[in-house]
Amino acid sequence: MNHMPAILLLAPLSGAFFSGLAAWIKPWLSYYIALAATCLSGVAAFCVLGDVMAAGTVQYRMAGWAPPMGIELRIDPLNAMVLLLISAIAFLNLVASVSSVDREIPDRAPSFYVMYQLFVVGLLGVSATGDLFNLYVLIEITSLTSYTMIALGEEGRSHLAALNYIFIGVIGASFYLLGVGYLYITTGSLNMQDVAVILKQIPGSSSAVLTAFVLCILGVWIKMALFPLHVWLPNAYSFAPVGFARVVAPLMTKVMVYVMVRLMVTVFGLDYVFNTLHLADIVVWLGVIAILAGAFMALLQTDLRKMLTYIIVCEIGYMVGGAWLGNTLGMAGAILHILNDALMTFALFLALGNIIYIRKQVDVTNLKGLFAAMPWTMAGLVLAALSIIGVPPLCGFFSKWYLVLGAFEAGAYHFAAALIISSLVCAVLFFKVFEICFFEPMSTSHGHHDHGGAVMTEAPLSMLVPLGLVSTGIVAAGVYAGTIVNTLILPFLQ
Amino acid sequence: MESIISYKPLLAVLVPVLVIPVLMSSARRPNVREAWVFAAGFIMFALVVSMTPVILAGHRIELTLFRLMPGADIAFRVDGLGMLFALVASSLYIVTSLYSIGYMRGLKEHGQTRFVCFFALAIASTIGAAFSANLVTLYLFYEMLSLATYPLVAHHEDTTSRISARRYLTFILGTSIGLVLPAMIYCYHVTGTLEFSTAGIFAGQLSKPGATVLLLMFVFGFAKAGVMPFHSWLPAAMVAPTPVSALLHAVAVVKVGVFSIVRVLTGIFGVDLLESFNLGTLVMVIASITILVSSCIALSQDELKRRLAFSTISQLSYIIFGVAMLSSMGQLGGVIHILMHAFGKITLFFCAGAIFVATGKKYISQMKGLGRQMPVTFAAFFIGSLGVIGLPPTGGFYSKWHLISGTLEAGQTIFMVVLLISSFLNAFYFLPIVFQGFFGKSDDAPVNAPVTVREANLCLVVPLAVTALTSVALFFFPQMFVDLIVLGLNL
Amino acid sequence: MTELLALIVAKYNFWLYIILMMIGLYAMIAKNNLMKKLVGMNIFQTAIILFYVSIGYKHGATLPIIQGDHGGHGTHGAVIHAAEYINPLPHVLMLTAIVVSVATFGVAMALCVRVYRRYQTLEEDELRIRLSEK
Repeated sequence: MNHMPAILLLAPLSGAFFSGLAAWIKPWLSYYIALAATCLSGVAAFCVLGDVMAAGTVQYRMAGWAPPMGIELRIDPLNAMVLLLISAIAFLNLVASVSSVDREIPDRAPSFYVMYQLFVVGLLGVSATGDLFNLYVLIEITSLTSYTMIALGEEGRSHLAALNYIFIGVIGASFYLLGVGYLYITTGSLNMQDVAVILKQIPGSSSAVLTAFVLCILGVWIKMALFPLHVWLPNAYSFAPVGFARVVAPLMTKVMVYVMVRLMVTVFGLDYVFNTLHLADIVVWLGVIAILAGAFMALLQTDLRKMLTYIIVCEIGYMVGGAWLGNTLGMAGAILHILNDALMTFALFLALGNIIYIRKQVDVTNLKGLFAAMPWTMAGLVLAALSIIGVPPLCGFFSKWYLVLGAFEAGAYHFAAALIISSLVCAVLFFKVFEICFFEPMSTSHGHHDHGGAVMTEAPLSMLVPLGLVSTGIVAAGVYAGTIVNTLILPFLQ
Repeated sequence: MESIISYKPLLAVLVPVLVIPVLMSSARRPNVREAWVFAAGFIMFALVVSMTPVILAGHRIELTLFRLMPGADIAFRVDGLGMLFALVASSLYIVTSLYSIGYMRGLKEHGQTRFVCFFALAIASTIGAAFSANLVTLYLFYEMLSLATYPLVAHHEDTTSRISARRYLTFILGTSIGLVLPAMIYCYHVTGTLEFSTAGIFAGQLSKPGATVLLLMFVFGFAKAGVMPFHSWLPAAMVAPTPVSALLHAVAVVKVGVFSIVRVLTGIFGVDLLESFNLGTLVMVIASITILVSSCIALSQDELKRRLAFSTISQLSYIIFGVAMLSSMGQLGGVIHILMHAFGKITLFFCAGAIFVATGKKYISQMKGLGRQMPVTFAAFFIGSLGVIGLPPTGGFYSKWHLISGTLEAGQTIFMVVLLISSFLNAFYFLPIVFQGFFGKSDDAPVNAPVTVREANLCLVVPLAVTALTSVALFFFPQMFVDLIVLGLNL
Repeated sequence: MTELLALIVAKYNFWLYIILMMIGLYAMIAKNNLMKKLVGMNIFQTAIILFYVSIGYKHGATLPIIQGDHGGHGTHGAVIHAAEYINPLPHVLMLTAIVVSVATFGVAMALCVRVYRRYQTLEEDELRIRLSEK
């Protein structure tokens, strides 16, 4: 039996344990253990993806117990992609963290790395597991670790933000758990495949199944911050330490979208979701509202960090709306956007982290003269922003392409319009930022640099290299979008 | 007709892109940097020229890079139309590079490395747009061009350029995302392909209202073509240094807009469909309004570059006008105007820049008597004006002749009147400048003071002389380009 | 009316968990004090745990421990009827859920302590004033 799926999870899990131990010997050891663990997990994810591409779905039985009694990891093309995405981003962020974490939380860096790895385990587990209850536990592991890491941020405010996140997060997780309870009452099983098979035999619409579905989806929506359930997100992500914000912003919401897709496609079945229930229209409208509300609230922000968090809210609307359009194109677009949005958001937050590293604050007044001072960081920021706006051949364009195409096919012209409007609003707000960075010279506190051009104060190489890699990833995900859809997403949907 | 697979189109696009890192690394040695610019320009031009005989022999060059979706790849296909446009852009790039050395150094501009880098990126996107095989690829290069031009428009980094750059981007990006993108995706949704084909891609899948809306979305959405009311970015973009105005805002950028509309009209909708729904006339009306209104506005402009900008807006609509005529004569006249207008208008912009560098004057009212100081420049200006008005012995005559013949052939007298009025207006706003330049009395100089010839430096004068002479040469030898258009449009 | 009553009596465990859940939810939304919110959160989670525990229960069934001769090989002799034993799985699941809820509660408490140290209050309206003062 190929043990790669287990290594994928166990590497960061044991890494967390040893990082904690190693901190007693030398604090810096914990960083390198974490780095090795996430790297190993990335390699494992890569191998798993290779296996899935070569031989189809990989089933890994934990401790050899057969499902539905035992717990299985079930990896098909969709989560193979998500797993690789998670472990790659986790690793790259760790590389970038070497300078920023030491600066932001010098006294508690080892505990940060322990929590960080547990967080990664949670995310990987959520994506890999084939068991509904396990999913709950792993979501809670992810959430718990993120509460603690958010609280490592700015004194006071970050604690309040984390508390708010806890309150709402607990409600979300509890809803999900309740939904799983109803599913268990109806089917007597917790294994996703098993549940799916049993559900297919239940004729018509059972109210217990409906309750289960609504509760599960509602819980996941709260966790992914679908408007208007998003209120916890902007504060939580913007007061968190940069080292954590960089990884939670691209991954947490996207993994929750993955969970939604998994529930819709694998557990309940698209037939049930779209033909038995008649919720699709309403949910697409919810997506539209989320897109517009997120985009316009982002426009109102004066702090770059807050602005980016509202863009996440907006992008969630893309994925939820796309997944609920009820056709393959829309679903493919939503899934493709999981990948693309994770890359774009990661690049944006990496750039943001670099700016914060140098400038401390990212209020609009602190952004002056950035093009001259940090050209490489700004190049990454511009590329990611253009991708969010949807400029070809960057990846954001292609997910938008599939989503709009799906919207046309479903006749959901309002969704297509929302996508276009949000692109325009994103263009406005990013170019507003670029204008400030480009046109306004450094403030007078650096008056002696007035002439002879601004001095370059670029972030350290360890923060620039990940940004460069992700930027390459954005371009590559764009030009190979067709390949990704054909080899990973469409096989999953069929 | 056979298709030849070749990497030459890709190389032609990549050469200016690949030279950018080299340009950046030689930022401290301007002469080395400029040498690289020329090297890139000549290699690109050579690549384009080397493809010309193949195209003239009736073949096509194709190259597919990435398969996105069936019917929508990132792919190049060189045909007569693209070849014509690429020849214009790549040859003028070399001339403009020489000119911008003189201009930027003459004015001691800052950020010259940034300038040449984005200029190279812009020209690469232009060539890419010319060689696009389908609408997605065209859109890709269209957007790339918009973004590459933004830092050039914003070059001066002051309040005016900030406002102008913002307006530039609002119009260009707003329309391309807001109108072209949904229209393009809708086309793909209906037909499943976006490949250009002379028969059009719709096979009776569109109703007349649908086709009309779609067509309008494309015509207005490609705002680089400056069709009113989405034209006002062009005068605003005149804050950019003159080489930018000359190459990009008289040739590359604006003509990519027009080229895109031509591609959509002839390659996506197809002449037959437009004819059956009588949509050609609609586009002609829109173009006519733009032609007349912008000519009138041009009359009232005192700043030379703004007057040229409004003249460009009206001339661009000539091209759309001609293609929308849907007859061989009209389409030939319209498309060849891409070439003829390019050489005429770039000459005029070169002159405006040379005058500014030599004397610091940018308002027409200050230019009285200046022709005696700068005879070469004003002579070139005269030739350029003739080209734009459409008088012999310049190439502009050739395109205008065909346009007017086209209207007569179709019996559309009213449109012929539009063309004639506009030509008169052109004459009214250009020729007085030349006349006042040579014979007017200068305000700031004593009446009988001896006039010394004070031309701008050679880097500025040589390019404008070259383009002016080419404009004349095109009057005598247009045949190769006519062949290209006939092949490209299947006339 | 009697039907409704019958429905309530027959499924009283569901009604109870819903009532408990609503109490918890109310506290989390309406209370001003962060500690009270925390307590509400705990009630909310407990309600779901009770729900799970109750769905595993069967009337007249016993603990799922098989009794027989020593050595644990009792299955050889008697036939085992699943209906005689309550379903242990939901209860086992809830052990994990309890751990999760305790951990969450712990983290939340720790955060409350930090907030109190910093702002000297746990009342939300006062906290809001403090935050806007800065």
